[in-house]
Amino acid sequence: MPASVEFRSVSVDPILHDIDLRIAAGEAVAFIGRSGAGKTTTLRLVNGLARPTAGDVLVDDVPLATTDLITLRRRTGYIIQGSGLFPHRTVYENIATVPRLLGWPDADIRAAAEEILAKLDLPLAKFGDRYPRSLSGGEQQRVGIARAMIARPSILLCDEPFGALDPIVRRDLQDAFIALRSGVTIIFVTHDLPEALRVAERIVLFDGGRIVMDCPAAQFTVQPLPLVQRFVDAASL
Amino acid sequence: MTAEIIRATLEHIFIVAIAVGVAIIAGIPLGIWCARNARAGGVALRIVDAIQTIPSLALFGFLIPVPFIGGIGMRTAIVALILYSLLPIVRNTLTGIRGVDPIVLDSGVAMGLTSGQLLREVELPLAMPTIVAGIRIATVVGIGVATIAAAIGGGGLGTLIFRGVSMVDTRLMLAGALPAAALALLADVVLTFVERRLVKR
Repeated sequence: MPASVEFRSVSVDPILHDIDLRIAAGEAVAFIGRSGAGKTTTLRLVNGLARPTAGDVLVDDVPLATTDLITLRRRTGYIIQGSGLFPHRTVYENIATVPRLLGWPDADIRAAAEEILAKLDLPLAKFGDRYPRSLSGGEQQRVGIARAMIARPSILLCDEPFGALDPIVRRDLQDAFIALRSGVTIIFVTHDLPEALRVAERIVLFDGGRIVMDCPAAQFTVQPLPLVQRFVDAASL
Repeated sequence: MTAEIIRATLEHIFIVAIAVGVAIIAGIPLGIWCARNARAGGVALRIVDAIQTIPSLALFGFLIPVPFIGGIGMRTAIVALILYSLLPIVRNTLTGIRGVDPIVLDSGVAMGLTSGQLLREVELPLAMPTIVAGIRIATVVGIGVATIAAAIGGGGLGTLIFRGVSMVDTRLMLAGALPAAALALLADVVLTFVERRLVKR
């Protein structure tokens, strides 16, 4: 079940200032902005990797201050640049991490791994026993996606997940990601405008630790804000 | 003569094994604790470091008058060796844990591993080659230092060496020195192999 996420006057000294934002259950939102604008910190507030110095973060209307973070994290997928795969564990063991923590029976874990890897074009029979270092960057990131999504999370947090990949692999992975992404609330941090427009239906623009624009993806490029125009100009050929 | 060499060698192995064993049991948790508590860990590491700087014969000298753990004999030798073995093990545990890629740790936390699970499933396995390197250094150094322990009646191969020196008997000296050198080389080869196996994965 997708979860709603809400920020109520959240600040993280000295990075974020007074963020107010509500993301409905099942919505796909992209955070864009320049480096250091506060996108990643805002994302990391959702699973408690960053803590607010003021204000409240709520998931399904429950403040994180009163939530068991371990439980929340097990139902929150997290995909980051460089994948963060465990180098000492095989592809299968990596993917099985969260279901194992949740106490799924082995047969269920295997079936789920098989299913999600097939959708990502990485057959379990061929890739299951390999170690991450033997995979290409794109393959590693596919495993990262599988690992984040296998347990059907309520929220999916993506922090520049395709940032380090070449443009063709990047496009393939965006497509694979879009095909998989139903039934989950998505927050997707990127500084690539075309990527944001592809993966999200709503765009939130950060600048200097504040939200300066929040609009449907379809209307983003026509916003009169100078920073929006700079993003549009930078993205066009 | 042969029987005596074998007996001294076994005694030597016994002393080093006990000392390194205790140092592993104490040193790995201490290293983990140092990694978790930056400031207190720094102080602990400096103390362990200082012990290592004391010349071995002097350390044996210091321990002799200490009640319960000191005195003349094997017990004092083992205590001194434990103190010596501690540093490489503590330091390498700390270095190994600190060396884990922060992105890997980050994703472990984000998947909902508790701090205990993170330690057991991520930090220790990834630090293990470095920790084994520390155990290897502790063992090799320990085999060397243990020969000096004979000076305070600690037993082991040093007994033969010291006796050989005082009797100006080269054969007797070598009867202690050669097995000691062989032991150190053997320990180094075996533990290096273990270390490599761990890195490979």
